[in-house]
Amino acid sequence: MGNERFLNFAIKYGFLILLVGLVIFFSLSTNGFGSARSAVFILQSVAITGILALGVTCTLVVDGFDLSIGSVATSSLMLSSYAMVVLELSAGSAILLCLLMGAVVGLVNGLLIVKFKVPDLLATLGMMFLLIGLQRIPTQGNSVATGMALPDGSTAEGTFSPAFLWLGRHRMDFFLENLLPVPVVIFLLIAVGIWLFLGFTRHGRLMYAIGSNERAAALVGTPVNLFKIVAYMISGVMASVGGMLLAARLGRGDIASGTNLLLDSVAAALIGFAVLGAARPNAFGTAIGALFVGILLQGLTMMNAPYYTQDFVKGAVLVIALVFTFYLSSRRGAGGK
Amino acid sequence: MTEIACKIRGLEKSFGQNHVLRGIDLDLAPGQVTVLMGANGAGKSTLVKVLCGYHRKDAGSLELAGKPYEPADAADAISSGVVTVHQSIDDGVIPDLDVATNLTLDRLTQPGAGLFVHDRKLREAARHVAEGMGLTMDVRTRVGDLDVADRQMIAIARAMARAPRILVLDEPTSSLSATEAARLFQLIDRLRAQGVAILYISHRMSDIRRVADKIVCMRDGAISGLFAEAPLDYEGAVSAMLGHQMTDVDIDPQAGTAPVLEIEGLRLTEDGPTVDFTARAGEVVAVTGLLGSGKTRLAEIIFGLASPPAGTMRIDGDAYAPRHAGEAVARGVFMSPKDRRANAVIPDFDIADNMTLPFLGAFSRLSFLSGRRQRQASDDMIGRIGVVCQGGTDSILTLSGGNQQKVMIGRWLIEPSRVLLLDEPFQGVDIGARRDIGQHIRETANGRATVVFVSEIDEALEIADRIVVLNEGAVAGEHISGKIDLGQLVAQVSGQVAGTAAGKPGATVGAEGQDHG
Repeated sequence: MGNERFLNFAIKYGFLILLVGLVIFFSLSTNGFGSARSAVFILQSVAITGILALGVTCTLVVDGFDLSIGSVATSSLMLSSYAMVVLELSAGSAILLCLLMGAVVGLVNGLLIVKFKVPDLLATLGMMFLLIGLQRIPTQGNSVATGMALPDGSTAEGTFSPAFLWLGRHRMDFFLENLLPVPVVIFLLIAVGIWLFLGFTRHGRLMYAIGSNERAAALVGTPVNLFKIVAYMISGVMASVGGMLLAARLGRGDIASGTNLLLDSVAAALIGFAVLGAARPNAFGTAIGALFVGILLQGLTMMNAPYYTQDFVKGAVLVIALVFTFYLSSRRGAGGK
Repeated sequence: MTEIACKIRGLEKSFGQNHVLRGIDLDLAPGQVTVLMGANGAGKSTLVKVLCGYHRKDAGSLELAGKPYEPADAADAISSGVVTVHQSIDDGVIPDLDVATNLTLDRLTQPGAGLFVHDRKLREAARHVAEGMGLTMDVRTRVGDLDVADRQMIAIARAMARAPRILVLDEPTSSLSATEAARLFQLIDRLRAQGVAILYISHRMSDIRRVADKIVCMRDGAISGLFAEAPLDYEGAVSAMLGHQMTDVDIDPQAGTAPVLEIEGLRLTEDGPTVDFTARAGEVVAVTGLLGSGKTRLAEIIFGLASPPAGTMRIDGDAYAPRHAGEAVARGVFMSPKDRRANAVIPDFDIADNMTLPFLGAFSRLSFLSGRRQRQASDDMIGRIGVVCQGGTDSILTLSGGNQQKVMIGRWLIEPSRVLLLDEPFQGVDIGARRDIGQHIRETANGRATVVFVSEIDEALEIADRIVVLNEGAVAGEHISGKIDLGQLVAQVSGQVAGTAAGKPGATVGAEGQDHG
């Protein structure tokens, strides 16, 4: 009996306790980890990944998967740069263009899955390749920066507008001067938004119903296909937001950036399954999952762990979280019946 | 019967504080079909799971042919000669492989099996097994393409290939039609003659009458009745199972008032016959017929899941042609589908969310849900329909089948409907829950038309004011509760011409239908 209660407790709070334990450990054993600046640094490092992860969470909720988010983000990075530097559009038009691109990619993903019955992993994998290729065509495989040579021999005259760069670089005052970077604020707003949407609205509840038993959801009159397409569109738009924030931080359309985005954000969403023993995709868990990875990497870096161990650490965390989710929860399920 | 194949004494099993088996004593004799009856939650499934090695017993003894038997897992149980065919057929077969491979699968995993699969030899062996079972299909057919009954036979044939001494069949007819079930019963007769001890678990009285040599009733984890002398006392068995006397349901037939759902010239298939059908406010109509008679198709058409090749439908006089389920629900046509596990239950949700799922709009403002109002509505419905649970926040999967079904039906009673369609509402539901559900449906029937689709005639008699018989896509007859000629009803269901029913010369099926219409 006591054993079972311990197991339940471990499943529910294990991950959060581990998180708090890590924070305390790093605060005690390194100099400067437990400061507001350091906390903000961690948030900044996970903001973009977190935004993508929140998007993919929506597709996981309807029992789908979106592998194209990484390439949507890098496409958005290239598109926003190209729009401002080569086409010399304003920041507003560039942002709209990117959001539209994300929505259209999501729509196409959704239609491939719903109408053409392509399995979700394959449809979004195909889309991933397509976008990775497509984003290289306009610039012939080069990065976008002011002064770059164009195919017709002239040079690109446009610049990143200050308003756009503000998105990636400005820091807001919050207790301390120049504390909160804009991407962190956007990440927190999106996290709260998606958390409310998935957890507390009728539409979110129906999305969970679709993920749990699609046929049953359809038989109570839910427009299942519409919901699925919308989930992929949310995912696409979130990824394009992430890509724009990356562009605004870098200040150039760097063709080599963002390669880790897909794996990192999917890992955050999957780690989120284990938070509070939810055993299903949820926005709170995803945000915590992203933070968890951020804290661990920041702490290890401050303890002088070499950078090349980072991917190993992320992988290990993911595997442990998956064991939490699938093995322990299923044991709990079997014990009850 | 001197020898005893399986001897169970003082078997106990608990899950946490839940004492599920409280000392079971049971003997299974070779060449005998022992029917195990019990309401949902009586502990039948747990007993089966202990027998087939899925659960360990807490106390008591198990003996097989005089030797102690303590299965460590399912494989151990099978090698000891205890073979179980579980309720859901697809656990027993691999749908993507052909019949031959399915029948010989176990040989592939035996130690000493060669690296390469010798297809021709395999088919030869499979044909041998199939013939022994009286199966006639081509062994190269993909199992997924067979009908349910054949798949069931394959599952049993696979079990038989292991030459069991004890065969456990857990509700084997729950997804079979009458003719398919008849084939299963022939098979059971053959196995009985071969000296296999069979434990047969079922709710269906018609099955039990057909196969039982001995009836054992379970109630609250204990044996509550044992009937071994012919003729078997079926009514005694039912009351031992329920703990009270089975009373005949009396229905005070309601003729209904204004027509709500009117169907004219509807074709269920491209060039099938036409169906005319009217359901009135306040009446409960049962549509009955064999598998393939068009019942399910008719339900799907009314609920907007399929569009008919021809014909018109009206609701309260207004044209009605739903293109999808959402439109049907918006017009006040609700349907509780058959096969709740696949079509109705949301396994990740609690009772309250499951119950309020179709009408979340009514419990939310600006799309934000009010959990309090959801719980209020579901607690209210839980009380009215008698769901046995702690409360609305229990996971739906903690409920027994009958209680899950109550939640699924209660889901559609939360908001008033014009037409309520219930497709096989009593599937996998024990008699107690079946009574509760039937009674509640009748009590709330005022103001709407209720159409119940059932394949069991007993169930139709128990709930309906009027019974409509479908046969091969056509209305074969219609009967008013209280004046039913059972012989004729059965003849119409099975598609025999009424003339053979004798007694009533000249009363053709069609004319009979007209009389009561």
